[in-house]
Amino acid sequence: MRRLMGVLRTPLGLTATVLSLGVLVLAVVAPILWTDDAEAVDTSNILAPPSSEHWAGTDNLGRDILYRTLVATRLSVELALAATLIAVTVGLLLGTAAFVLGRRPGRLVGAGINIAVAFPGILLALFFAVIFGVGATGAVLAIGLAGAPAFGRLTQTLVASVAARDYVAAASVAGVGRLRSLFRHVLPNISEPLVVNATISAGGALLAFAGLSFLGLGVQQPQYDWGRLLFDGISSLYVNPWAALAPGIAVIIAGLAFNLFGESVAKAFGVGVVGGIPELPSVAAHLDDVAPVEDAGHAPEDVVLDVRDLRVTFPGPNGPIRPVRGVSFAVRRGEAIGVVGESGSGKSLTALAISRLVDDSGRVEADRLELLGSDLRAADTKAQRQLLGTSLAMVFQDPMTSFNPTQRMGGQLAESARHHQGLSRKDALARAVDRLRAVRISDPETRAHQYPHEFSGGMRQRAMIGMGLMGSPALIVADEPTTALDVTVQQQVLDLLADIRAADDVALLLISHDVSVVGEVCDRVLVMYAGRIVEDLPAAGLESAARHPYTRALVAAVPDMATDIDQPLAVIPGRPVDPSDVPAGCAYAARCPLASARCRAEDPPLVTEPDGSRVACWHAGEPIAIEIRDRELDHELEEVEAS
Amino acid sequence: MSLASSVAPAPRVGVLSHPWVRFGVRRLGRLLVSLWVLVTASFLMIHLIPGDAVRAALGPTAPPELVASTRADMGLDDPLLVQYLHYLQNLLHGDLGTSLISRLPVSDIIAQRLPATLELAVLGFLLAVAIAVPVGVTMGVLTRRGHGRRTELAFTTTSVVVGIIPDFLVAVGLVYVFGVSLGWLPVAGNDTASAYVMPVVALAIGPAAILARILRVEMVAVLGADFVRTARAKRIPNRSVYLRHALPNALTATLTLGGLILSALVAGTVLVENVFAWPGLGSTIVSSILNKDYQVVQAIVIVYGVGVLVINTLVDVALALLDPRSMIKEG
Ligand code: SF4
Repeated sequence: MRRLMGVLRTPLGLTATVLSLGVLVLAVVAPILWTDDAEAVDTSNILAPPSSEHWAGTDNLGRDILYRTLVATRLSVELALAATLIAVTVGLLLGTAAFVLGRRPGRLVGAGINIAVAFPGILLALFFAVIFGVGATGAVLAIGLAGAPAFGRLTQTLVASVAARDYVAAASVAGVGRLRSLFRHVLPNISEPLVVNATISAGGALLAFAGLSFLGLGVQQPQYDWGRLLFDGISSLYVNPWAALAPGIAVIIAGLAFNLFGESVAKAFGVGVVGGIPELPSVAAHLDDVAPVEDAGHAPEDVVLDVRDLRVTFPGPNGPIRPVRGVSFAVRRGEAIGVVGESGSGKSLTALAISRLVDDSGRVEADRLELLGSDLRAADTKAQRQLLGTSLAMVFQDPMTSFNPTQRMGGQLAESARHHQGLSRKDALARAVDRLRAVRISDPETRAHQYPHEFSGGMRQRAMIGMGLMGSPALIVADEPTTALDVTVQQQVLDLLADIRAADDVALLLISHDVSVVGEVCDRVLVMYAGRIVEDLPAAGLESAARHPYTRALVAAVPDMATDIDQPLAVIPGRPVDPSDVPAGCAYAARCPLASARCRAEDPPLVTEPDGSRVACWHAGEPIAIEIRDRELDHELEEVEAS
Repeated sequence: MSLASSVAPAPRVGVLSHPWVRFGVRRLGRLLVSLWVLVTASFLMIHLIPGDAVRAALGPTAPPELVASTRADMGLDDPLLVQYLHYLQNLLHGDLGTSLISRLPVSDIIAQRLPATLELAVLGFLLAVAIAVPVGVTMGVLTRRGHGRRTELAFTTTSVVVGIIPDFLVAVGLVYVFGVSLGWLPVAGNDTASAYVMPVVALAIGPAAILARILRVEMVAVLGADFVRTARAKRIPNRSVYLRHALPNALTATLTLGGLILSALVAGTVLVENVFAWPGLGSTIVSSILNKDYQVVQAIVIVYGVGVLVINTLVDVALALLDPRSMIKEG
């Protein structure tokens, strides 16, 4: 009932409901009220245009068109409902046949349905109209049977999904007859979608009926439905067009009303059709420029990427959401920098922002954002695309979905070279083959002609890296490049990245939730929490020199050699910060064992230490008593269990 | 993505194991079975008519001897199986029988009427696609995630409403506006180029609305896909991202549903032809049903059915070309 109320809440649903009810009421009362007016012949006033007496004029016997159209509502609706009833009944029989009759005969019926639904309804209706003869009864049967296959297919699908459920299977095993099980378990469970679809097809039947009557194959005089009125009216279109237009409009209104009412109910009953799609940052870069702050001192020569105070903002239902809140760092030539953090820390969005791939509903701002010395905040120009297309390589998380499934691998790699380097199709493909070889894909000539689905996951990720190598990248941004891969090939991909870096002096920005991966590959690590960098330290110092409580918790959560593999993975207690609701003070305070009153009031700034590392914590480096005690406790427990 | 696709398959050998060959064989098999069902159903159609079809066709005043001789001519007194085999044999030779009313060979009638219907269907199809693709793509881009909520609502509502209105009512409306009121376009026949405008538009508008709506939904889904982000990361122009990467992927799903819509378009010619007195199969089948000229009806049913089956097959082939995976998935 509440869901039915939901139908009324959308403007379209409300309109459709009101109209449907109106049509039904009219179907009941119109013949009672106006039959006499509709059938009063007035030969002195034939085919009159609309007048104050006859609002829609008269027909070839001087009968009032408007009254005839109103009275015809009942017959039109009755016939449509009768046809729908036949379609539903026959469809149910066909659709449940597989369940009742068992496998083999059921499959035969299914194949029959499949062939029948391929033919459009009108053709089926014409076919049956021949058999059942011209006239209202024949047309009802024809339209009903024509609608049956589609209903049968729907029922079949629904029955199959219900029959697979445990309790139905159990009931079958328990010896409950199939027929009984059908009525007790299956039909009650599929009645809802069936009723909804029946409503929609009632609208369809109404329109189809008008079609048949319009062809002269349906209702015959002296009876009249809307289609028949149309059929009679079309010949006098020049004299009184309303003789055809009035019933035509009636058909459209009623057909639309039933159809849309059914659709609205379907939407209200279905899941998540009406509600919005969650907004995900995905594509397109759009830098909404704040006046660039010209700060003194340009970056040293060997800086590939320079980021100062990067912020990313999305519009949210309750005001803007800022998942990246001021991130600054630089990447030097050949350097490997890791960015770690939990999901929601803003690390992936940071990667997308610096590569200008943030969805253009998001706003990217920065005091400085330079790749190889050129400002990425500037408008999207050809030169900038060229720079990004050749000097920046992207590696995404899921190689399964990151290639276009409809294009050959070689072509997908070649595309950027054709574009940015002006290579011919042949030369670009040759380079693609060469790059595939460079990322250790065997038999690259053959592979280049294959489609993505013919590649394994690890191969695809290597091909993705190869795609980045089509230009001459100075920086590879890899966002969780191994997360989606089998453990066995993860190392291959990491090794490949390390080799490319070593060979060509390419810088690497590796985004990962996995501290151990970052620690293995990178020189320096940026730890992100709630959209900010909370610590920046050499990768070698992760175990020993981490000073921020969050970094230390991340490191402690990594299972090392000593950890028993059967032990549950350690997790950091508490929940990550929701970007739409960042608390005042230190964002980590709610989960931090060292949190003090100051932490909850003031956000600690990111302070650069003499050794060049950075940390944002009021109590950086202070011993964490609780954590240590817990660990000791764990050890003790282990020993107790072991003995 | 199934498990199988995560393993790179070794190149197979042998002609029969080539995916295209297997696809072709399977698809052809399905086509032949459907054809057989179609032909058999239309054979049974005449025999399912209650009473004597010949008597019905010739009218109650026809002398009994004429009815009897016609029945004998048509072989209607033979055992059903014999009739069926004869019927199949004749069909294979292109012999569709003789009209009970005009006494002309049915194949002549069809040859004379088919071109007009084909023209109408093909032009209607082309127009529907020519409208649906640009509109669907543009709408998809304008209403991609986080954009154009209002545009989306307005477009969806409009296209749903337009898509539901049956073609013959669109036709009547067009005739009223452009034929009767404005007098710009001829309302009947197919003698001049301008006579094509209204029938083709009437036929195309509903399917165009439905196709555009499907295409928009697919475009929105595809534009959010990872591989579109990859395409963007190549910094190729947006046009290429939309048309070369997004559109083909959006088309595969659109085509699957579009196949049904296009065969409905073929059937829609029946009604539209009757509005415009178009000298095609549609007006012929209706007058033949009314005249009980069952031989003609039977043949035209087969022609329409074949048309639909051919469309479905072409759609499947187009799908396979656009997205090679569909060949493997689809049975
Ligand atoms: S500032 Fe305070 S709450 Fe934040 S991490 Fe440091 S000690 Fe913990």
